[in-house]
Amino acid sequence: MAKTAEFRTCPTTGLKVDLTAERLIKANAVVAVVFLAIGGLFGLLVALTRWPAVHFLPADWFYLALTAHGFDVLLVWIIFFEMAVLYFASAVLLGSRLAGPKFAWAGFVLMLVGALITNVAVLRGQSSVMFTSYVPMMAEPSFYLGIILFAVGALIGVFVFFGTLVVAKQEKTYEGSIPLVTFGALTAAIIAVFTIASGAIILIPTLLWSLGFISYIDPLLYKTIWWGMGHSSQQINVAAHVAVWYAIAAMVFGAKPLSEKVSRMAFLMYILFLQLASAHHLLVEPGMSSEWKIFNTSYAMYLAVLGSMVHGMTVPGSIEAAQRARGLTKGMFEWLRKAPWSNPAFAGMFMSLVFFGFIGGISGVVMGTEQINLIMHNTIYVPGHFHGTVVAGTTLAFMSITYLLVPLIFRRELMFKKLAQWQPYVFGIGVAGISMFMMGAGTLGVARRQWDMTFADAQLPFDYPSAAFLMMGLNGMAAVMAAVGGLMFIVVVVGSVFFGRKLGIDEKPSYPEVPPQASESLSHYGSAEKLHIPGTVMLVSIFFIAFVLYYFVNWKYLSEVWPLS
Amino acid sequence: MAITSPSERIWWKQPIARIELIWIIVAFIWGLIMFFMMIYWHGAGEQNLSNEAYKITPVRFAEKAQTMIDEYTVRQENGFPVVRPPPGSDVYLIARLWQWWPILELEKDQSYRLHLSSMDWQHGFSLQPVNINIQVHPGYDMVVTVKPDQAGEYGVVCNEFCGIGHHNMVGKIYVVE
Ligand code: HEM
Ligand SMILES: [Cu+2]
Ligand SMILES: [Cu+2]
Repeated sequence: MAKTAEFRTCPTTGLKVDLTAERLIKANAVVAVVFLAIGGLFGLLVALTRWPAVHFLPADWFYLALTAHGFDVLLVWIIFFEMAVLYFASAVLLGSRLAGPKFAWAGFVLMLVGALITNVAVLRGQSSVMFTSYVPMMAEPSFYLGIILFAVGALIGVFVFFGTLVVAKQEKTYEGSIPLVTFGALTAAIIAVFTIASGAIILIPTLLWSLGFISYIDPLLYKTIWWGMGHSSQQINVAAHVAVWYAIAAMVFGAKPLSEKVSRMAFLMYILFLQLASAHHLLVEPGMSSEWKIFNTSYAMYLAVLGSMVHGMTVPGSIEAAQRARGLTKGMFEWLRKAPWSNPAFAGMFMSLVFFGFIGGISGVVMGTEQINLIMHNTIYVPGHFHGTVVAGTTLAFMSITYLLVPLIFRRELMFKKLAQWQPYVFGIGVAGISMFMMGAGTLGVARRQWDMTFADAQLPFDYPSAAFLMMGLNGMAAVMAAVGGLMFIVVVVGSVFFGRKLGIDEKPSYPEVPPQASESLSHYGSAEKLHIPGTVMLVSIFFIAFVLYYFVNWKYLSEVWPLS
Repeated sequence: MAITSPSERIWWKQPIARIELIWIIVAFIWGLIMFFMMIYWHGAGEQNLSNEAYKITPVRFAEKAQTMIDEYTVRQENGFPVVRPPPGSDVYLIARLWQWWPILELEKDQSYRLHLSSMDWQHGFSLQPVNINIQVHPGYDMVVTVKPDQAGEYGVVCNEFCGIGHHNMVGKIYVVE
């Protein structure tokens, strides 16, 4: 690598930005958004079909669209965007050159080719196996091949990230420890290595099986290892979007973590207590002992959950402290009321935080309880839960930071500001709606991944209660709202990136507003003695009470079903 | 800031604010409570999986089910045998594309050893409206001791995607006084 990297200096932050890293961030983010658009469209079609009064797609198209939706949004959109986050958190935040840009591009191309191959396989119609592709149901070989290529590409990107950290350290581009956001990205990247390894261990034999070289794959073994990938990839998402929360808090408020030690420990918990065997997907499968399930879902004390609960206090707490330091000290919530609610980066980030905790987080822990899983497994409660985590949480957080990346990295002025201002609300509330309505329908027994809840063509009749139909209808309406919100995002971002006014070399973007450099006094408010965050304490208390109540209500529900042993 | 290196170089020696510490302790204790709750329920609760399961071939499972059907069929319904096995006995429910076979008739407040297995792909046993959900695999015979506590007509929906007829896979269980 004889060629030296080229840099520009960011007029807003003063950071040195490697131009290759910048181009990679742009490429990954753009492809991510394109797949969000495609996958989101499939999601809308799925939701319209599950709206009983609309029942939009025929059965075979429904299962095809659902497979495409799961793959395109959960894997392609999220992971492409995470690549952009990794390059941003390493090269840009550390002011370093990117290690091995050629490898990074190769990884990008592999991911793109893989994503396209799998999409083509799905659209051909012989691979409607859902993105989980449980054996012994078989897809076309190219379905698995595409996922494997995609994963290899992502792995290369992860190693470029590690390499960049090493380069930055050696070339002394920063002093002291890496920033917290980079640390969060690092935890995500470490988990990604484990995730992708699990994926390879299970998908390569599955590819060989679909080609006829292997005759049998045990369905339980498949599921156990598959979720080694599927579950830990969700932990990547959490680590990444928490890092994004901290980043937005810093960029919008100049907020400083309350305690570097606590926040970093909380990230570390994600690695240390990653559920290697992803037990909570296997709670009602044959052949797993209760000891194994209890230990693995909780590692005896739910320490990964503890990590998230800590971030749930430290992120809003750091914002509150920053706002109070600016003089917004009246009452409990002046800091929050006078927050920049019309700045989509903040509005989206804060909703992401709240919805992830209250909707996705609580339901996830409850559903992952060994016995309670019996009354939820594979009902539409499950998609309800993870639209709370991965859509209201991760996707909304990624959308929010995009509003900052457009001016800072793409160097374009944001277009359609009014649209941008409303977008997080429309999308966020729509998604909160689909999450909660699907959870409601699941509580009433409605199955997930199911085309016809009236069972019109079944040999034996069965009727769900009418409340279940109501829930699925409301879900359809909320889905339309979410889809409109998604479309608003695409319009704003694609419009700005391709047609927005180019910013001059030294021009600071005027929107969204980014605060002036934190003053000296601000950078010291975090000291332990005078930390005063009553609003956050209140929010966290409400969260905790909701959590405890909901947890025990579900034990109550469980106690009312047939005795089983 | 979180996007810059920590301003205190020795950040790990900084004290932790009391409120953070309290929250960590509360969350930790809550984690312990949730952990012990699962164990407690194994002793005090009535809804637990036995985790009794055996490897079995689909052919062997179908034979066992057929023996039960031959012995205890009481009537036919829509082409399905309705089987009324004696309380306490081993009861077999076959999951296959796209049926739950046969229809079972159980007595209220009696225990049965319900065996679940698939002949082909994975299926999801979803008993409605009770809302008990159990995964059914091919090659595994999962045994659950059930004790229906209310008489009535129950649906068995499939809630694991099992191909194009998935939404037509409905079975039935009667519980009689
Ligand atoms: C406009 C936005 C969206 C709408 C309306 C929507 C709606 C839905 C609906 C109705 C289902 C089907 C539930 C079922 O029948 O089992 C579903 C499944 C799913 N969605 Fe979304 N969704 C949206 C966005 C997203 C995003 C952004 C992600 C990921 C980041 C996501 C991830 C998933 C996954 C993983 C599944 C499960 C697929 C499967 O069961 O195989 N969705 N979605
Ligand atoms: Cu089935
Ligand atoms: Cu099915």
